[in-house]
Amino acid sequence: MSDTQPAIVLDKVNKWYGPMHVLRDVTTTVGQKEKVVVCGPSGSGKSTLIRCINRLETHQQGRIIVDGTELTDDLRALDTIRRDVGMVFQSFNLFPHLTILENCTLAPIWVRKMPKDEAEALAMDLLTRVKIPEQAKKYPGQLSGGQQQRVAIARALCMKPKIMLFDEPTSALDPEMIKEVLDTMIGLAEEGMTMVCVTHEMGFARQVADRVIFMDRGEIVESGSPHEMFESPQTDRLKLFLSQILRGH
Amino acid sequence: MSATVSTKLERERPPALTVGPAAWLRSNLFNNWWSTAVTLALGYLLVRWVVGFVDWGILHAVWSVPSKGPGIADTSACQAAKGIGACWAIINDKWRFIIFGRYTFDDQWRPAISIVLFVGLYVVSAMRRFWRWELGLIWLVTLTIIFVLMWGGVLGMEYVPQDQWGGLPITFILSTFGLAAAFPLAILVALGRRSTQLPAVRVLCVVYVELVRGVPLISFLFMASTLFPLFMPVGFNPDKLLRAQIAVILFAAAYLAEIVRGGLQALPKGQYEAADSLGLSYWHKMGFIILPQALRLVIPPLVNTFIGFFKDTSLVLIIGIYDLLSAGKIALGEPAWQPYGTEIYLVVGGIYFVCCYTMSRYSRGLEVEFNRSIRR
Ligand SMILES: Nc1ncnc2c1ncn2[C@@H]1O[C@H](COP(=O)(O)OP(=O)(O)O)[C@@H](O)[C@H]1O
Ligand SMILES: [Mg+2]
Repeated sequence: MSDTQPAIVLDKVNKWYGPMHVLRDVTTTVGQKEKVVVCGPSGSGKSTLIRCINRLETHQQGRIIVDGTELTDDLRALDTIRRDVGMVFQSFNLFPHLTILENCTLAPIWVRKMPKDEAEALAMDLLTRVKIPEQAKKYPGQLSGGQQQRVAIARALCMKPKIMLFDEPTSALDPEMIKEVLDTMIGLAEEGMTMVCVTHEMGFARQVADRVIFMDRGEIVESGSPHEMFESPQTDRLKLFLSQILRGH
Repeated sequence: MSATVSTKLERERPPALTVGPAAWLRSNLFNNWWSTAVTLALGYLLVRWVVGFVDWGILHAVWSVPSKGPGIADTSACQAAKGIGACWAIINDKWRFIIFGRYTFDDQWRPAISIVLFVGLYVVSAMRRFWRWELGLIWLVTLTIIFVLMWGGVLGMEYVPQDQWGGLPITFILSTFGLAAAFPLAILVALGRRSTQLPAVRVLCVVYVELVRGVPLISFLFMASTLFPLFMPVGFNPDKLLRAQIAVILFAAAYLAEIVRGGLQALPKGQYEAADSLGLSYWHKMGFIILPQALRLVIPPLVNTFIGFFKDTSLVLIIGIYDLLSAGKIALGEPAWQPYGTEIYLVVGGIYFVCCYTMSRYSRGLEVEFNRSIRR
């Protein structure tokens, strides 16, 4: 696993839900330490795409290679990939019956076989980094949305992933909490994490993204640097999309 | 001056007739002519009934009778009081048989200790601070002791074959083992029924649940006592209690499995996905994330089913096993005592009620406690 090998390779990936074609020949490569922002209208297949990368969804055609391991039905390959790929969801998905600390230490202890005190030290470290170490003994239900999403990021980071996937991490948050989550993500990007983020936060994309991918109806319509994409969109579909989200904000 | 102060004070209190017991009575029992009429009628019936019961059950009751000879009671006092007073003498005479079964007087300490151990086991298991893996060990040890006590044949205790057992220990054995074994089985069946990876397992679980649910428990017990031995290799003939026990386990598991499945379905998909995305294995995901939440969601229907099965164990009477209820029935078989079923069934019913009501209160407490700690 050299540094020159791409982190994620998608090669003509296709997926259907029944008759509905939700991913059409999606082909792209994410390099090591690259930050990619995926945007596009609702229902365009963004979630499906990044959920295929850690196989929460299975693709039906094409190849997906994550960190040199191809995603197949082989369960051992799947274990390796899930260990190395962290994911943050729109709806946080913290475990409500466990404390914040337990949320963070469960997977390191049982998947990485880390000793309990080491896992707790690591979790406290990461909770400090997302600026909520004082909440460690509380339950998720006692935290605000922004705090919960930062815990979710810390929980994923506790597995020491090589790649982080974000599926609209700020869409379920009240406006005043969006910044604290984005700041956490920016910090992570600055540390050199490989990231694929589905988000409509254009400010974040400009600041962090090496590349922006625009999807519509299951296919990648356009991709390029944030500057190229936002200042001189080539396709009508992207122009339309940009005008819509600018109006929305 | 003082007048203004007092009105101010009165203002700060709610108007007199909206709080306190008088107001409660007014708004709940006498708030219009028709609820007043119902209240008065029911109140009258209640008072009559209580007075009647005290009169029958206490004032005119016969508490004990002399005996005509060894094992034969002279029930003429009860016959004289028939219809006027209760004959508690039958309880006095038969309670040992109803509770302890056919153990000889000198050996009755064995079922007695077994009952105490069962109750102790329930109390310990009910306390959350004992919810650790050691609890499994406590169960194993306690149940072993109970069986040694009941069977005997070691440590100088006389061997008592299973068909001599009876009364409360049988009820406790059938329901405790029944539910303790059915519950894990039910979880496996519920998980199997939702399995997407193993279609064969899923079909098997569906068939099992649907078959069992389509047959009454009684016929299941009959099958266990008559059909089951036919399928067994020659020489292997598990005793009647074990066969009934297996029938109860298989039956209860199917019902519990459906309840657990409901809990599994009620959990948001995000919980499964979050566990998957962290790389947790199937059993870690189920054991740490999914089941703890799913089971909390279904505590009320689970306990409801537990209570149902606790009472349903009394159906083993039809295949000749003497649980609490059948022991009561047998006690009534004696000619001298035959007319006093009411007294026996009141007492037996009372024992069932205490057990079931305790379970019900406990589950309420558990729900409240869990809701407090999760606070979504
Ligand atoms: N589990 C599913 N079953 C059927 N259709 C689905 C499922 N998940 C998503 N879809 C459909 O697939 C399309 C892409 O969905 P999604 O990837 O969630 O879009 P996005 O995240 O870009 O809004 C949508 O039309 C959606 O309705
Ligand atoms: Mg989406």
